[in-house]
Amino acid sequence: MKGLFASRQALAGLALLALFALVALFGPYLVQDPTAFVGVPLEPPSGAHWLGTNGQGQDVLAQTIAGARMSLLVGFAVGFGVVAIGAVVGTAAGFFGGLIDDGLSLLINVFLIMPGLPLMVVIAAYLPPGPVTIAWVLIFTGWAWGARVIRSQTLALRNKDFVSAAIVTGEHPLRIILWEILPNQSGLLVSSFIGATLYAIGAQVGLEFLGLGDVSQVTWGTNLYWASNDAALLTGSWWTFVPTGLCVALVGLALGLLNNAIDELSNPRLKRETAYERRLRAAGVKPGTATAVLLERNVPVVPAIDAAEPVGGE
Amino acid sequence: MSLLEVSNLRIDYITEAGDVSAVDGVSFHVEENQIFGLAGESGSGKSTVVQGILRLLRPPAAITGGSVKLLGKDLLALSEDELRRVRWRDASLVFQSAMNALNPVLRISEQLTDVMLAHDALSPPAARERAEELLALVGIDPGRLDSYPHELSGGMRQRVVIAIALALRPKLLIMDEPTTALDVVVQKEILAQIAELRQRLGFSVLFITHDLGLMLEFCTHIGVMYAGKLVEVAEAAQIYREPRHPYTQGLLASFPDAVADQAELEGIPGSPPDLLHPPPGCRFHPRCLHVQKRCHAELPQLFTLSGSHRAACHLLSQV
Amino acid sequence: MNLSRASSKLKSGLKFVLRRLGFYLMAAWASITLAFLIPRLMPGDPASAMFARFKGQLKPEAMDALRQAFGFSDAPLHQQYLSYLGHVLRGDLGISISHFPASVNTVIGGALFWTLLLAGVSVVLSFGIGTALGVISAWRRDGKLDRFAPPALIFLGAFPYFWLAMLALFLFGFELGWFPLGHAYADHLTPEFSWAFIGSVLKHAILPAVTIVVATLGGWMLSMRNTMISVLGEDYISLAQAKGLLSRRVMWIYAARNALLPNVTGFGMALGFVLSGSLLTEIIFSYPGQGYLLIQAVRSLDYPLIQGLFLTITLAVLGANWLVDIAYAWLDPRTR
Repeated sequence: MKGLFASRQALAGLALLALFALVALFGPYLVQDPTAFVGVPLEPPSGAHWLGTNGQGQDVLAQTIAGARMSLLVGFAVGFGVVAIGAVVGTAAGFFGGLIDDGLSLLINVFLIMPGLPLMVVIAAYLPPGPVTIAWVLIFTGWAWGARVIRSQTLALRNKDFVSAAIVTGEHPLRIILWEILPNQSGLLVSSFIGATLYAIGAQVGLEFLGLGDVSQVTWGTNLYWASNDAALLTGSWWTFVPTGLCVALVGLALGLLNNAIDELSNPRLKRETAYERRLRAAGVKPGTATAVLLERNVPVVPAIDAAEPVGGE
Repeated sequence: MSLLEVSNLRIDYITEAGDVSAVDGVSFHVEENQIFGLAGESGSGKSTVVQGILRLLRPPAAITGGSVKLLGKDLLALSEDELRRVRWRDASLVFQSAMNALNPVLRISEQLTDVMLAHDALSPPAARERAEELLALVGIDPGRLDSYPHELSGGMRQRVVIAIALALRPKLLIMDEPTTALDVVVQKEILAQIAELRQRLGFSVLFITHDLGLMLEFCTHIGVMYAGKLVEVAEAAQIYREPRHPYTQGLLASFPDAVADQAELEGIPGSPPDLLHPPPGCRFHPRCLHVQKRCHAELPQLFTLSGSHRAACHLLSQV
Repeated sequence: MNLSRASSKLKSGLKFVLRRLGFYLMAAWASITLAFLIPRLMPGDPASAMFARFKGQLKPEAMDALRQAFGFSDAPLHQQYLSYLGHVLRGDLGISISHFPASVNTVIGGALFWTLLLAGVSVVLSFGIGTALGVISAWRRDGKLDRFAPPALIFLGAFPYFWLAMLALFLFGFELGWFPLGHAYADHLTPEFSWAFIGSVLKHAILPAVTIVVATLGGWMLSMRNTMISVLGEDYISLAQAKGLLSRRVMWIYAARNALLPNVTGFGMALGFVLSGSLLTEIIFSYPGQGYLLIQAVRSLDYPLIQGLFLTITLAVLGANWLVDIAYAWLDPRTR
């Protein structure tokens, strides 16, 4: 965790996320009612409406800010759900092995390979539209991603000495899982949570854009649904979809940066060798595939060694 | 002209935290018909030295001083393309673990012939024929030429790696812990075979291992490294009979000897230093049993004791 | 002796591919069953709600066909399931409500070609270009590509595909007028094998295809770059370099080929995800493929069509994955 705060990528990601969290928490109190009819439909940005109005004559800025709350809430809730189910199924499969693992792995793989969107549509079409439906649908279609990585990590941990020792001393499996295995997966749980949230925000926006959300609610997805429904493109009203899309992308960027920083922490080779590159540049040496040679001519020369006379073979 | 002459070689790992001086002013030379061994604990820099000689180290490693002359050519002054031509033709390398040194998705035949085709004007069928001869040379049925690495046993894979190393009949064979991953029986077989091939083909060997017993048995000359520095170098028999550097003495005392009957094995107290902040003066002084005042401040230089026996220790220069 | 070894290798390669086929059949069965269970597991009996909704709108024979395709009847559940399985296995997916009286098969079949064309070409292009860029980026860690491309691509990858599509359509279609605003070919043309028609298809496909490629490129590039960086740390790369082989050969034959293996597996797994994104892209461009059908089906609550689309797309993804496995078996001798 300490390393995470030293990474510029991670800090940028965290700062962006914090900003959006603040917007989601307090933003709706600072703007006018996003559903109110405030002006001529599809009015370009102006002093009165900084981001213009949408096809319903609603203020785009208010809609963009108000939309953050539900979109982020669903995103993080789904991220949490995916990791929770993934942790239970993944550790169970990896820890118990044998038939349990075979069965659960098959289930995981089947869910992994099923294309998400059509499955989501099939389920969501039968349920009352709304954020809760979308959250459940996304957890149902996405849990296998978390389970897969956690299972393989559990398999690796299970062969570690401290876990074997706990098994041999007859500790209860649940205790071993809770006290020995899960704490050692905290990094992985965090990165799966980030990955799952990233997926959830994107998929949620997609489903709502398709019209499977509650279109009377203000979320980023429904904003885009209305933009497309009101023919924003054919009237050139770019302001109705650009702000929302940028927000989705910035949240995605923040999560992507965090995930990248975690990757670099767990695999130091991914990190740039900045000190090395700087030194090479300073010395005017072009890096290549062979080891770089930086001869410092001013290094004091150690007295040459006396060459030993060659000694013939044995 | 020596076959290989390494003088004052310095290799640093340039990291954000500072420069790690992995190899610091190492000098030695390998002559025709020698088997020169580099000994030392893991982390002593012996592997870094040989990888540095062929300039195979990756960032953040950089060679920051000295010279490496192979058959008179300074390898540190060569361009990448010139270096590419020298590699394997004049010196080849046998890697630590054959399991990892062979590309798992390419056939043995391809990994043997591509090096010939890269260096010699040879037709593919002729290269294949030579590859079969090489396999026979290291005692593998030439019918296995088209196998993939995973279809061979560990010992066979190591033999294949040796066959690749011999493909261009180089003057120098560098062996970086070539048998560490193998069981003792296979290890002995392979070393015996290398000794026999050496008689037949006449190449020199630069041999690296942490196994001092193996080294005393196999090498004609030995250099002992500690914390990136060469602390003693001599003929193998001399190192065995009269080690002069306290570290070498400690190393010899810490390995079981079947010949001399030692009452008990002694270890060396302490652990190797952090190379990001090496101790001032002699790098061994915090662990040395005979430490003196000047060891804390002054860096001892290698100097000749007798003939080819050299050591770097203040105790020895006080005579 | 060589021959027998070669044939045994072939056999084990075949075994791998057949074992995977077994898995895909299993997954296909699971999806078909899921499509059967979902309407029956939903709260508030959506099945009867569904029929109630269409009562009066549909002719009685259409209702019967619908009922049959879904296997809804008064029979016990297992009999319903068997009759449903029978229909699906015979390839009978029922009658579309929004396209009545056309069968779901006809409706989907007409659109399948366009999805395969658009998604197929763009996914392959994106994987190929992204992988090659990843190889080069990892090989030259100090180069401009590795310095600037990864963060830029993370940013691009963070946009929803369909939003990028909206932006592209707005900029290059609406504002600049370089590309048509929708459909797969100009309205006045009829499908035929002529230059005019093929040219029109290309012109209509470029913008959606480029959008999909741009949106997905970063993922392939970053994952190839990261595996490539790991592979470059392997001893066999050092050995290849020590052998004095040409850089080109070390980079592509020794490093890239090995790094490709985990990425091919990842490619198979990500196919469903990428396809989902391309379906949304189709909607923006009014491209007459599966995605466009999907939104029509959702808007008119055409349940048989939704279910048919789910099954078709799932089977297509499973089939594509099997092809990927065959490619994998060919690339990695250890599976053989």
